[in-house]
Amino acid sequence: MSATKVRRLGTDSPPSRASKLLQNRWAGLAGLLVALLAPFVDATPYALSVMTSAAIAVMLAAGLNIVVGYCGLLDLGYVAFFAVGAYTSGVLATRLELPLLATVPAVIVVTVVAGIVIGAPTLRLRSDYLAIVTLGFGEIIRITANNLDVTGGPSGIYGIPHLVEGPVAFYYLTVVVVSLAVLGAARLGRSRLGRAWRFVREDEDAAEAMGVHTYRVKLAAYVAGAVWGGLAGVLFAAHLSAISPGSFTFLSSALVLMAVVLGGMGSTPGVVVGAVVISVLPEILRDLADYRFFLFGVLLIAFMLLRPQGLWPARSKEVP
Amino acid sequence: MTQLIWNGLFVGSFYALVALGYSMVYGIIKLLNFAHGDLYMLGAFAGFAILGAVGGVSSAMALPLLLAVLLATMVVTGLAGVTLERIAYRPLRRAPRLSLLITAVGASFALEYGMRAVAGADPRVYPVRLGGTSFEVLGARITPQQLVLIGVAVLLMAGLNLLVTRTREGRAMRAIALDPRTSALMGIDVNAVISRAFFVGSALAGAAGVMAGAYYGKIDFMMGFLIGLKAFTAAVIGGIGNIPGTMLGGLLLGLLESFGTFWLGGEWRDVFAFGVLILFLTVRPTGLLGERVTERV
Repeated sequence: MSATKVRRLGTDSPPSRASKLLQNRWAGLAGLLVALLAPFVDATPYALSVMTSAAIAVMLAAGLNIVVGYCGLLDLGYVAFFAVGAYTSGVLATRLELPLLATVPAVIVVTVVAGIVIGAPTLRLRSDYLAIVTLGFGEIIRITANNLDVTGGPSGIYGIPHLVEGPVAFYYLTVVVVSLAVLGAARLGRSRLGRAWRFVREDEDAAEAMGVHTYRVKLAAYVAGAVWGGLAGVLFAAHLSAISPGSFTFLSSALVLMAVVLGGMGSTPGVVVGAVVISVLPEILRDLADYRFFLFGVLLIAFMLLRPQGLWPARSKEVP
Repeated sequence: MTQLIWNGLFVGSFYALVALGYSMVYGIIKLLNFAHGDLYMLGAFAGFAILGAVGGVSSAMALPLLLAVLLATMVVTGLAGVTLERIAYRPLRRAPRLSLLITAVGASFALEYGMRAVAGADPRVYPVRLGGTSFEVLGARITPQQLVLIGVAVLLMAGLNLLVTRTREGRAMRAIALDPRTSALMGIDVNAVISRAFFVGSALAGAAGVMAGAYYGKIDFMMGFLIGLKAFTAAVIGGIGNIPGTMLGGLLLGLLESFGTFWLGGEWRDVFAFGVLILFLTVRPTGLLGERVTERV
């Protein structure tokens, strides 16, 4: 491919007041404050459930952002890791009667293994192969969960124990975990590894020439994304206390991707806002349910054509 | 045994037909057109709409009518493919590959759920079924409709092969696959040729859609999702971008699935197919007939 890459819009014109406001370092704290105060505004079980789901979606988006946003690898089956995490903790908690917290190490191990199994063969290939293999992987996981006895078949697993008692306590626990996950992803993105990811995204050959071990770096991104997804799966299992293959379709993967693209690939505040919008909007626009996914598809195209950097673009510190 | 082989070949010829469009587009502009499976779905629905407009016919006329509908549908899906390329892919041809892949996913979504909004979420029953009594060859049960459909598939594939290897148009396509910029310097209208390649590929997918509708009798808006994945698998097995390889890959995938279903049971069929895909990408990513391509900088 030629050397012409997309120029990030934020960097070549002087920042407007709005974009300065968006890049304020206090934006993250303000967001956390909003999340913490939300139950004081509306604490009905329905509202709490929606908010908890939104928080879990934020964690998923933060994980996918590592893969797609930082490293530029398109993962179309991201929800597979979500499913692996949810099922691992669900199966261990119900069959072995472990407390949910005790399943977390197992979840991390299993998702790392799953990430390596899928990433290792495909990350050596062209990036578009990865996209379709991950799509296939997502289907494999869903169908396997549907067919096996240990995962409860089509009806899934129910009676998964809670992490903490009461929806309010669980909401706050989720917010804390998700905040740490988002912060962790952002810190990873700013680390040495994160710079290597961005380099790979911008120009893989140049990165390789400069001594970045691109394969290992890509695998690290993929595995990190897998772990984030798996941990979000544990929260999901604890939240609903029942999981079934129907929760892990391609549609869910596409929605997480949509959140990342809409918010701004590689931008932490962007993907957080994107995930909240994607998970709360359907609750508000229930009447448009039939056209929702059609609209999502059109929006994906429109964003790529008109505003590839997303609503809240990533700030680039490396301004020439 | 022969039954398994025959079933595999039959399903495989569908896969091959859809995979060819994938492979052709990929071979020329190195784009994975995720929406390709949805063009197959669009074809099935377009055929359904045309048949509905024509109204009922006697079963003796079913075959000629179906062939006419097949041609009309190919035009419709071909034009849809050209439109898709013009709106969603052409403006991004110089953009990073990630953007193109994401627009392709968006296009696939828009087609699937657009069709759902138009035609509803419930499966539709195809108004024309090809009748005929089955007969046995070497222990395999074969129906005349299967023979007709395989015949049409082979005809289309042979036509495509001729188009690509023997005509001026095909030479232009191969030139662009090698080097778009030099092709433009040699006086090839690159955009027009890519448009026509999309037309041909999408038309083949549409034809496969009508055939699937007439054979299985039921269509729904998600029918293209799985077959798109399978077609990609077939293309990878044979060597993506390589036309004879893709045909071979389609037939091979059909056979593998047929035997896999026999050994493991029907519920594992798709897992088996994607397992084969991952295995192939690990062991032989260029496919059976594909040649090693180095990525140009």
